[in-house]
Amino acid sequence: MKNKDEYIFECEGISKAFGGTQALSNVQLHVKKGEVLALLGENGAGKSTLMKAVIGLHQPDSGTMTFEGKPYSAKGPVDAMKAGISMIHQELNPEPYLTIAESIFLNREDVHGGIFLDKKKQNQRAQEILDRFDFPYPATTMMGKLTLAQMQMVEIIKAVSCDARMIIMDEPTSSLDSEETDHLFRTIRDLKSKGVAIIYISHRMEEIFEICDSVAVFRDGTYVGARSMDGVTRDELISMMVGRQVKSVFPKVDCEIGETVFKVEGLTGQGFENISFEVHKGEILGLTGLVGSGRSETMRAIFGLDKLTSGKMYLDGQEITIKNPKDAIKKGVCMVNEDRKNYGLCLFRSIRENISLPNLPARQKGLLINQKREKKECEDVAKTLTVKAASIEHNAFSLSGGNQQKVVIAKWVMANPKVLILDEPTRGVDVGAKSEIHSLMCEFAAKGMAIIMISSELPEIMGMSDRLLIYHEGKLNGEVSREEILSGAATQEVILAKEFGGK
Amino acid sequence: MAVKSEKKILGMERETFRQFMGKYGVSLIMVVMIIAIAIYNHRFISGTNLLNVVTQVSINGMLAFGMCLCITIGGIDLTVGAQLALVGVIMGQTITNSGMPIALGVLIGVAVATLFGFINGFLIAKFNMFPFVVTLSMQLVIRGAAQVISGGRAITFGQDVKNLYYGKLLGIPYPIIALVVVFILMYIMFHWTKLGRYILAVGGNANAAVASGVSEVKIRIICHTISGFLAGIAAVIMAAKTGTGQSNIGVSYETDAVAAAVIGGTSFAGGIATMPGVLIGILIVGFIYNGITMIGIDANWQSIIRGLVIIATVMLDNAINGRNRK
Repeated sequence: MKNKDEYIFECEGISKAFGGTQALSNVQLHVKKGEVLALLGENGAGKSTLMKAVIGLHQPDSGTMTFEGKPYSAKGPVDAMKAGISMIHQELNPEPYLTIAESIFLNREDVHGGIFLDKKKQNQRAQEILDRFDFPYPATTMMGKLTLAQMQMVEIIKAVSCDARMIIMDEPTSSLDSEETDHLFRTIRDLKSKGVAIIYISHRMEEIFEICDSVAVFRDGTYVGARSMDGVTRDELISMMVGRQVKSVFPKVDCEIGETVFKVEGLTGQGFENISFEVHKGEILGLTGLVGSGRSETMRAIFGLDKLTSGKMYLDGQEITIKNPKDAIKKGVCMVNEDRKNYGLCLFRSIRENISLPNLPARQKGLLINQKREKKECEDVAKTLTVKAASIEHNAFSLSGGNQQKVVIAKWVMANPKVLILDEPTRGVDVGAKSEIHSLMCEFAAKGMAIIMISSELPEIMGMSDRLLIYHEGKLNGEVSREEILSGAATQEVILAKEFGGK
Repeated sequence: MAVKSEKKILGMERETFRQFMGKYGVSLIMVVMIIAIAIYNHRFISGTNLLNVVTQVSINGMLAFGMCLCITIGGIDLTVGAQLALVGVIMGQTITNSGMPIALGVLIGVAVATLFGFINGFLIAKFNMFPFVVTLSMQLVIRGAAQVISGGRAITFGQDVKNLYYGKLLGIPYPIIALVVVFILMYIMFHWTKLGRYILAVGGNANAAVASGVSEVKIRIICHTISGFLAGIAAVIMAAKTGTGQSNIGVSYETDAVAAAVIGGTSFAGGIATMPGVLIGILIVGFIYNGITMIGIDANWQSIIRGLVIIATVMLDNAINGRNRK
């Protein structure tokens, strides 16, 4: 039944271990020419590891790969690109001071007589390619001036210009708004019609149903199976992924909402102005708005990472000032940053050291750290949050994205704050870990924490919030209560309209 | 047909083996080195020679512990060589020329070195300047200050100052006692207190450290101040050893300090270091010096051999446990 020729890429029996952790065991993948194949699985299921093995960032311990009918292996991304496989990474690392043309032709520059760069010719060629994609900027624009979506488009254009016959996209829409996502999907369909195969990694089911032709599911480093998207249901996919039936995606538990814990008045700073709100004991306050609408900027300033130009903050009725995160933590205001890599973890230190970092002052025995207590408490909190690691002495680097996020949350849980700010706590986190994080948030609220949650995902923020504040261009543009959401008075459409500035 | 890749090495599981080598790999290199040199010349492992080596490395030892802190936070301290000269001439002026008590002269010298360390850290942290540039310039200032204070002349010390190097307590030379005390204090600070954790965090990811309530500026200043203080202590030992304070000593001492720190597993990418590792690094550098003489290599070739052996040691260490590092 399996026709060998219809597959552009196949791999069989791929295994890969890191230290004692088996990241992939005996997995397979079959990609047809001109199809969009979704890779689905919880964090740590092995999707990223497999893709990194394909482009040569990891060398598999065993297994075979074939590309276009020939045995294939890559020593690195440049090798893979030469063979015709490119990967668009989730976190782009553009060089802001390169022009678009330089970025597209990086490592394969046009040269005069083997030495001098031929800038003119390079710009011309780049422009031709950009025009084919209706890219709105000239090839001489600096990369730093582009938005994330545009940088990503440049990456895709670069891949196509290298004659890639298979493009891997890792969470390509995680920082795009809906319009940019539409544009990306148009490009994907266009590539597909030209016979390019696309491997699409995403946690967003809606997108997978919209854009993908088939889906391969992974769980705990093993291959579960593949399905055509025709006729498959969302519940079926989720149960394949988690190996159990997930009932409710948002396990919001209503808990008693008490007195005001934290209140801000007229906060103004870079990217936001005149923000006032209050959050109560046991309440989950949702903040939403388009990317760049000032939600994260406000929270960063409250936490002391950025400067406030004016405004007042009150904690338990007392006016407070926060000059830096140290102040904030001491007063009981903690924040899980949306940028896990830069503001969350020291990747090359152990899980234990990461968790205890903000909590050391309270765990001193005289001048020294109470190491017994530190170890015990870190183990306990890692267990509560179900961090998947053989030992808390392993480097944070060795964990999957979702488990890294749990470590970040763990450090603030250990701090036991009065106000916990969570900025995109489930970004890039799989369905299982996501609902675990949601349950934890409800638990914290039940214990009397006041929680402020930012999310760009409307179903999530609507499912979790007791109250929802909507940002538009740096200002608050409306508030929605849980009753209004539950009664159907505030639909996704209503909220989205407010995000776009409507009343 | 699930593939098992739980490979065992020397009866240990892979991850355990990796951690074991990460901790003890350098020590293994040192043991091999000792055996190799000892085969060449048996006198190398005699008690007197080993005691001699450890006494000699005490100066570089002080510098290396400070250097390790500065490298761990992602920087470097190139002023330590010049600090040796400055503290030496200050001691000469105060003790020999002005007749002050030794303790007071030492105190003033070490205080000045500490102050310069603080200035390094302040410039780096407050004005966000590159540590390489700041300390490269400051070493000119510090050596220049030594020249101005001494007028370019060497000042000799009496026997009582020299005793600080040649004296013994219960048969153990003072410099070794100083090295052991400093090592213990550094170990406790680095591995048992929150200051040590903060230093590793700032070096590993300064943004994340700040977002966890660590004051980056304070930590950077503290590291450079400690480096300055330890350079001051090293300078006292140096002055006692040579019996003179002069402005042209201590040239290129920062090289050996960097070598000891790096051989000891301190990562130039920041955020990775251990104090026992640095101690081993200090001893290895000492054995390289001593071994070269013991083997009888021509003095003109010694510098080349030293450089190559340091590179080889770091390469070997990387090959054994490179995955532990960045």
